[in-house]
Amino acid sequence: MAILIDENTKVLVQGITGSFGARHAQLSLQYGTKLVAGVTPGKGGQKFENTVPIFDTVSQAVRETGATASAIFVPPPFAADAILEAMDAGVELIVCITEGIPVMDMMRVKSALQGSKSRLIGPNCPGLVTPGRGEKSHGGCRIGIAPGYIHKRGNVGVVSRSGTLTYEAVFQLTQMGYGQSTCVGIGGDPINGTNHLDVLKMFNEDPETEAIIMIGEIGGNAEAEAARWAKDNCKKPIAGFIAGATAPPGRRMGHAGAIVGGEEDTAAAKKKILAECGIAVAETPSDMASTLMTRWGK
Amino acid sequence: MNIHEYQAKELFDRFQVPSPKGKVASTPEQAAAAAREFAGSKLVIKAQVHAGGRGKGHFKNGFKGGVHLIESPEQAAEYAGKMLNETLVTVQTGDSGRVVRKVMVAEAVDITHEYYLAILMDRATCAPVIVASTEGGMSIEDVAHDTPEKIFRQVVHPLLGLQAYEIRKITAELGLSGDIAKQFAKLLKNLYKLFIDCDCSMLEINPLVTTPDGRVLALDAKFGFDDNALYRHPDIVAMRDKEEEDPREVAASEYDLNYIGLDGNIACLVNGAGLAMATMDIIKHYGGEPANFLDVGGGASKEQVTAAFKIILGDPNVKGILINIFGGIMDCNVIAEGVIAAAKETGLPIPLVVRLEGNNVEAGKATLAASGLNIVSADTMADGAEKIVKAVG
Repeated sequence: MAILIDENTKVLVQGITGSFGARHAQLSLQYGTKLVAGVTPGKGGQKFENTVPIFDTVSQAVRETGATASAIFVPPPFAADAILEAMDAGVELIVCITEGIPVMDMMRVKSALQGSKSRLIGPNCPGLVTPGRGEKSHGGCRIGIAPGYIHKRGNVGVVSRSGTLTYEAVFQLTQMGYGQSTCVGIGGDPINGTNHLDVLKMFNEDPETEAIIMIGEIGGNAEAEAARWAKDNCKKPIAGFIAGATAPPGRRMGHAGAIVGGEEDTAAAKKKILAECGIAVAETPSDMASTLMTRWGK
Repeated sequence: MNIHEYQAKELFDRFQVPSPKGKVASTPEQAAAAAREFAGSKLVIKAQVHAGGRGKGHFKNGFKGGVHLIESPEQAAEYAGKMLNETLVTVQTGDSGRVVRKVMVAEAVDITHEYYLAILMDRATCAPVIVASTEGGMSIEDVAHDTPEKIFRQVVHPLLGLQAYEIRKITAELGLSGDIAKQFAKLLKNLYKLFIDCDCSMLEINPLVTTPDGRVLALDAKFGFDDNALYRHPDIVAMRDKEEEDPREVAASEYDLNYIGLDGNIACLVNGAGLAMATMDIIKHYGGEPANFLDVGGGASKEQVTAAFKIILGDPNVKGILINIFGGIMDCNVIAEGVIAAAKETGLPIPLVVRLEGNNVEAGKATLAASGLNIVSADTMADGAEKIVKAVG
């Protein structure tokens, strides 16, 4: 099962001819992802890696290939337009990797997405991986920029605002012998398409997911909101980690959304809320997987 | 990015948000000329620094206060002479203070009532929110705590924008009527346009005042801009005053490095913002104090790593460095070569612990070991943090 994507998901890449998009499109192909189309305006008719057809518009790509998911690698000034184009084409899952999109643009995009049949993951995120069952998890679906080979197919769902912290957690799990159902990077921006709570609900419904790691950071109340829901609704064991305990207030810590604005969005406050809601909180980022195992009784 | 008070006034003037008359001056002569221009009004002279607490601050030359009432053009020149190119210390500047490069001569207005008015980008609703209160001139956090019923919030639809009825609601909540209400409505409409057009993340007027001669004025303002949107606002970028910023952060920004200076003695260099925060946290967990936040991003080049090393080593407080890289896609061996090249170029006078994980990690570790440099290798984040804390002592 897994959530959102599996080995049969047909993926297109918007911005497939840029160096960043091309590099990761190639890695996804190598991973075994069903990458069926690329989109770069003005380059329709060409082929990526001699196999993947490139289209001028997302509508054409969807019509010709039946792609249901899109990875967006276009630069910040054009990213909002790219998301709206994917929505217009009826793409079910839009994953925006682009970092640095103006907040006003995302505010309008988020509003436009309401009532559409599209779900947005990101922006400013590493994307998603549903690991495959082959060697080094080959044969899975990789959308975005995560290193596929560190994964292993299994039963732990991972959701995080940070890319490298997700890899850290996945690596720890795989090293301990525990695989992942799906790993979702929701992104580090203040306005994103999908939040911790949305993903927790999906993991809760997914029979393959038996336990969950939720990674958050300072800023906003998304982790607290998810934890409060989980307290009453999620029976699966959850371990959490919150980054930014040493971050000075009022400073933007790399991620646009990682800024302490008040007492409620500090790392200490979030950890307290997580613990009160029955989530096992990892003391350090080195303990994310082991904290889950303790809670899970493994 | 922060801007000065006189720059905020420029933006207010451009968007027709009324504020007290004022002019910026870089010399005593300019200050005197401004005072002559506004003759007939009660005037105030204000040191232009980004830090708050100017009025109660002091200059290192002994002159007290960064804000003064002035009676004449001569006095404007005299006070400007005592402030310009002198260092002002306030509760927010720290002991080193800030050098005052400009002063503003402005009308000192009489106040009938002080209000609070702000527009901010609200994460919870993903929309602009207007916050207004009859309790201006004090900390809005205190008002929220003591009398939450006196704070009024209006969420504005992201696609529809500010509507006339929303302005009427806020005007009524503040108890304004007659000509004052009309002036306020126009001010709020223009302020909202400024907020949207300039990609602000926050725009706070505290206080917004009414005056005995029947005006509504923005007396003091705080601006926050969305860094992601600065590429489409060259006029706002031009307002950046690098002299008001931490020189280490200015240097880092020239190499597209995300750097924030802190007070500790263990520097860190990490790929990814979340991992960088977590690295600071784990240093603290093992009893150390992080000297900085530094995210070199996903595709750090040798030039960036070298620049990062120089910035880190330029901080006299730094007694040790922890490099923590999860090379998911990046080749750890390439990172190792970059670290060695940087260490050779800058010298390595203090302990360096490197934790590498990910793609081609064995080759990366071997390269570090064979470098002949005094580099300690670590296997996990915890191992790395323990080792650097121990090495620094």
